[in-house]
Amino acid sequence: MPRKTKPKLAVWKFASCDGCQLSLLDCEDELLAVADAVEIAYFPEATRASLKGPYDVSLVEGSITTEHDAERIHKVRRASKTLIAIGACATSGGIQALRNFKDVKQFTSVVYATPKYIETLSKSTPIADHVFVDFELRGCPINKMQLVEVISAYLNGRKPNVPRYSVCIECKRRGTPCVMVAHGTPCLGPVTQAGCGALCPLYQRGCFGCYGPSDAPNTRSLSEQWKAMGQTPKDLARAFRTYNAYADAFRKEGDLHEG
Amino acid sequence: MTKRTRQDSETPDIIESRDFQALFDSLAKQGYRLVGPTVREGVVIIDEIAQVSELPIGYIDEQEKGTYRLTHSSGSAFFGYGLGPHSWKKYLFPPRMRLWQAQRYNGSFAIAADDSTDQEVQPLALIGVRACELAALAIQDRVFMGDYPDPHYKAQREQLFIVAVNCIHPESTCFCTSMNTGPRAAGGFDLALTEVLEADRHYLLTQVGSDAGAKMLEAVPHRPATREEKAAADTLISRAAEHIERSMNTRGLKELLPASAESPHWDAIAARCLACGNCTLVCPTCFCATVEDTTDLTGENAERWRLWDSCFTTEFSYVIGGSVRASVKSRYRQWLTHKLSTWVDQFGTLGCVGCGRCITWCPVEIDITEEVRAIQAQHAAVSDGAGRKKKDAHA
Ligand code: SF4
Ligand code: SF4
Ligand code: SF4
Ligand code: SF4
Repeated sequence: MPRKTKPKLAVWKFASCDGCQLSLLDCEDELLAVADAVEIAYFPEATRASLKGPYDVSLVEGSITTEHDAERIHKVRRASKTLIAIGACATSGGIQALRNFKDVKQFTSVVYATPKYIETLSKSTPIADHVFVDFELRGCPINKMQLVEVISAYLNGRKPNVPRYSVCIECKRRGTPCVMVAHGTPCLGPVTQAGCGALCPLYQRGCFGCYGPSDAPNTRSLSEQWKAMGQTPKDLARAFRTYNAYADAFRKEGDLHEG
Repeated sequence: MTKRTRQDSETPDIIESRDFQALFDSLAKQGYRLVGPTVREGVVIIDEIAQVSELPIGYIDEQEKGTYRLTHSSGSAFFGYGLGPHSWKKYLFPPRMRLWQAQRYNGSFAIAADDSTDQEVQPLALIGVRACELAALAIQDRVFMGDYPDPHYKAQREQLFIVAVNCIHPESTCFCTSMNTGPRAAGGFDLALTEVLEADRHYLLTQVGSDAGAKMLEAVPHRPATREEKAAADTLISRAAEHIERSMNTRGLKELLPASAESPHWDAIAARCLACGNCTLVCPTCFCATVEDTTDLTGENAERWRLWDSCFTTEFSYVIGGSVRASVKSRYRQWLTHKLSTWVDQFGTLGCVGCGRCITWCPVEIDITEEVRAIQAQHAAVSDGAGRKKKDAHA
């Protein structure tokens, strides 16, 4: 049965690069269908129109890095029936979570002419550290087809098909030759959640871990293999400390190798 | 495929290397799409080919656990390399396949016609199928064409023309001799080739395995093999058998593995295993799939897809309340026990043909033959010692 009233969708931005929101805009064909299926009530990146809440589905991009945002996210939560965190920033703190390993004051003193104007928290944290999140869509940036899948699933009251297994599964389904085995190229695919379609191995690059840890990440064993392939502890610490540096499994593995 | 008499198989023919293309051409003329080995990104994969020149001519590979290296030599052998990561199962049991699509209709739904062409069944000629892969095909036949035949598999299986190739350069990861599957193709092919490359000659000793094979050979220049040519080919195959390095003692495995369910060795494997699933996906006999239902944004259209799955994923054994095999240890144990024990209960055969793919393509060098040996050794040690007093850890 066709739905009588269109569900209201809102897109919110916190500390992020906008790349994930752009994934939604990048959905050209699908976007028309999205616009048809939902009322885009709040999406500053795409439209100036803004409707009052409550919203049926809120997509939240970005991490929490300021006091102000730590309060704002509660307002967003209160105004949203379903809250979906999108992208590495919103689900693990993002690349800016690298500050979590250092003293942020040192950075501000070096980068800004008047550091006292900078109000920032000492850590960049994911949305789920602050409010209840209904679903986390991983990726840096997210995969637009997965985004459409998640929106479709919520609109149709079904479970999204977003598997938590490794990138290797997608890599093999695609028939891509394994870069670890065939070329000795270090790859984070075996400990990284699928979702990108094994994009980097397709271009003969190792996986960078953009989708964060898979559901059973044996990072220790993979690190041992990387070492046997000639990678130094420094290389390992770097590999685990990128877009999902603060995700539990990657954070712990990174800590182990930082010397 | 009708069986030919013994006599036929004992009088092989010779196709000179320069006439090999004629076989490709006549297969194409008969309406077959040809698929076979070819090089992509430094690896021998299986893909569509039309010309003999698209084969990995002159390539040699070296394989060890967790390593594959392909190099180009000055040689001119068509089949001088071993198995790559792809297996023929991708054509009979595609990695992704839409099962059906439906549309909402008058408060209910109607199954819509499938408009995709990429999964259409078509006459397919498989070029360069090795002996262990023929055995794998026979195993998958039991899985997919048993009591509940899979329509796609069955339809595609009936439209295959199989050109087998006897192995003369086994990889260090091969153990077909332990599993009685190679290196010589024993049956299940239309034509079987043994490539003989001498200083001044290059020919394919050709054995006919079916009426279709005999008919196809008619379209290719050929002549009966001399006794010397046959002997030369035979020597190459027996030498290959002697060069197989790995082995697996399968005796008693069917009972041993379930009886070893509590073996501490599973923990040792779990410390290394990434649960990445690579071993199951490269295995030519693994047959597990998952089904995904999707809807579009409007909720008016739905599709059901079947995708390759692996017992190494958490979702594989997910039932209400959680995953039955939450630990990696239980997943590796499932894989090994299924392959070498419970498979026999299900299909009357082992689920392993000794192709060695899972050994080469495991990113952390886990070797099925070593793990079996370790479990056997542990069991032997326990039975020798105070094992008698211990209760059998049958789970
Ligand atoms: S290339 Fe990377 S993602 Fe692909 S199978 Fe190998 S390890 Fe896994
Ligand atoms: S279990 Fe390993 S060696 Fe045996 S058939 Fe499968 S991939 Fe080949
Ligand atoms: S070993 Fe695992 S993936 Fe392979 S057939 Fe058995 S259950 Fe399926
Ligand atoms: S045995 Fe190797 S290939 Fe198989 S799941 Fe474990 S790490 Fe992956």
